[in-house]
Amino acid sequence: MTDVKKMDNSEPKIIAFCCHYCAFAAADLAGTLRLKYPPNVHIIRLPCTGKLDALYLLKAFEAGADGVFVAGCLEGSCHFISGNLRAKKRVRSIQGLLEKLGIGKERLEFFNLSSAQGDRFAQIAREMTERIKKLGSLGVNLSPNPSPKEGRELPPFPSGKGPGVRSVEKEQL
Amino acid sequence: MAPAIESNLKRALKSKKFVVTAECGPPKSADRKVIEEKARLFKDWVDAANVTDNQTAVTRMSSLAACGILVSLGLDPVFQLTCRDRNRIALQSDILGAYALGIRNVLCLTGDHQSFGNHPQAKGVFDLDSVHLIETVRQMRDQGRFLSGDELVGERPAMFIGAVENPFAPPYEFRALRLKKKVEAGAEFIQTQIVYNISRFQEFIARAGDLGLLERVYILAGVSPIKTPGAAKYMRDNVPGLDVPNAIVSRMEAAGKGIEDKKARAEAWRQEGIKICVELIQQLREIKGVAGVHIMAIEWEEAVPEIVQKAGLKIQ
Amino acid sequence: MIVADQKPIEEILQMVEPYRRVLFLGCQSCVAVCMAGGEKEVGLLAAAVRLARKQQGRPIEITEGAVKRQCDDEFNEPWRKTIEQQEAVLSLACGVGVNKLSERFDLPILPALNTKFFGEVERQGIWTEVCAGCGNCILHLTGGICPIARCAKNLLNGPCGGVRADGTCEVSQNGPHPCAWVMIYERLGRLNQRKNIENLFAAKDWSSGRHGGPRRRIREDMLLEG
Repeated sequence: MTDVKKMDNSEPKIIAFCCHYCAFAAADLAGTLRLKYPPNVHIIRLPCTGKLDALYLLKAFEAGADGVFVAGCLEGSCHFISGNLRAKKRVRSIQGLLEKLGIGKERLEFFNLSSAQGDRFAQIAREMTERIKKLGSLGVNLSPNPSPKEGRELPPFPSGKGPGVRSVEKEQL
Repeated sequence: MAPAIESNLKRALKSKKFVVTAECGPPKSADRKVIEEKARLFKDWVDAANVTDNQTAVTRMSSLAACGILVSLGLDPVFQLTCRDRNRIALQSDILGAYALGIRNVLCLTGDHQSFGNHPQAKGVFDLDSVHLIETVRQMRDQGRFLSGDELVGERPAMFIGAVENPFAPPYEFRALRLKKKVEAGAEFIQTQIVYNISRFQEFIARAGDLGLLERVYILAGVSPIKTPGAAKYMRDNVPGLDVPNAIVSRMEAAGKGIEDKKARAEAWRQEGIKICVELIQQLREIKGVAGVHIMAIEWEEAVPEIVQKAGLKIQ
Repeated sequence: MIVADQKPIEEILQMVEPYRRVLFLGCQSCVAVCMAGGEKEVGLLAAAVRLARKQQGRPIEITEGAVKRQCDDEFNEPWRKTIEQQEAVLSLACGVGVNKLSERFDLPILPALNTKFFGEVERQGIWTEVCAGCGNCILHLTGGICPIARCAKNLLNGPCGGVRADGTCEVSQNGPHPCAWVMIYERLGRLNQRKNIENLFAAKDWSSGRHGGPRRRIREDMLLEG
């Protein structure tokens, strides 16, 4: 479990769970095409959005995310057939839960796009950033065990280094 | 000593006349005048009058009490008793009490599930099912024994035992067989679910005949006058176990066509509903094995005298 | 298996409201299979409650865990030290687990689940009630289909008149379900045992079921000394 250090209190942190075959590829393409999208978005690559456990979404918020989106292939084009359909169900379920927790379902979203849609990825990233900016920072910053007795030093939120997470070149806004 | 009260229904059925019974819904209040008024409506037109037992699981004045009132007014009530609200102790107790009040006919039913009524959180009892109840009454009457095996010492409830059957619910092939089970358990007369589909009903009667039941049990076909086309559609689409042919729905709709005035249109619908009911009665009368009709004019008891008259039925 | 639903999150938050240090203890048997109280569900619920409490400005310290079977001291005892450090335990086991923990540990044991029935896995995500625990099984006579559990009126000489044309029961407040007696009729047909339902089934003895009071099973030959 990781802790998100905010560089600046007004800049929301958005976590994007992207499937390798479509969304991540689209994000990559956006980078290649030098399309502008906000640096607030941190991408986590999954082999398929079907790998998404509902728990990842809550853990993302616990780790300090102000907004989360899940991006998968277009319906009917999932590399693993129906992973994106299952992910959508899980997202909807957690959206309902977030409403009941007082966090609000708008902070979580699900998108479909194809690997060729670099522009769409940039648009999604901008859209979510705008949305979360309007909603404001969540102000939740939890370590898994708030008891100081643990004394565990937690590593910072990955900024692109480490296995499974590729850094995506993007323009600074 | 006053003469022993006899079941008029039993006597009428034995005399081979085409019998008429009707249904009386008790009020959702403690007002006995409601029962008295319905008794007045039925008195000269029916051989016996059923009183429903918290029908559709909605709390109403108890059937036992209302039947008691009907007895005091000179009618022959059919005491409807369901298994939903009472366990075997209470059911047997009510049979004894009913007989003591002069009630001579009992209709043994399972009862609508409590989820349909106004107290869906209630615990449904269903200690016995309708077949057990029939058997229990018969045992009390003929062997002088309670369900526990204990001897019934003293006057036995010599009830005329009735049951219901629905020819229009699946599994269709099993319905006549189930009727046989009830007859073996002790059912002496049957009132069926409302009939609109004559050919379907004829099939059921034929099957019952094959099983030798027509000589062993009196079958009264259920009929019900339809008030509006909306009611017809509702019964067709939303009531499980009811078979309402589209032809009947169309007739109801046609009856009101072109009539602008609401009151006149409602009256036209009612007239058609009664007409259809009378026609069905006349068709049912032709079927061998049908001993009579049971008119369920729900919330429209005033229609009963008109129906009986128009169908040319008489009571003895 | 025992099938249970998780209580609405609002109710759970209300239950843990007075506490700041709670153990969320799941069970890896029945409730894990019906996806209500297994390890996964413990993780999800704990994250949700932490988030909600942080939003309220009243953080809560949650220890997460799950035992193999919460109905047995053998699996609960190893958690004694942890439990004794808590203000309360939120049990994600069925009602049996809650009762069991309450027997051994002197602190509030809260139920996160509403325990419902004995059921089967129809397919992933759907669990259906099929046994009523009546204590007097007649499944050999009804083709293996239980009329006590699966008929809303526990009929033994069914079906009643309320069967829809498609063979489902008219009682559908818990969703549509097939009429148990239609199923029994059809299955007995396939097994060539229709005779079974042509005769009357006697009235049921309910005293072997819940109506006779809380039940106990004892195997004398298995009792240990001491």
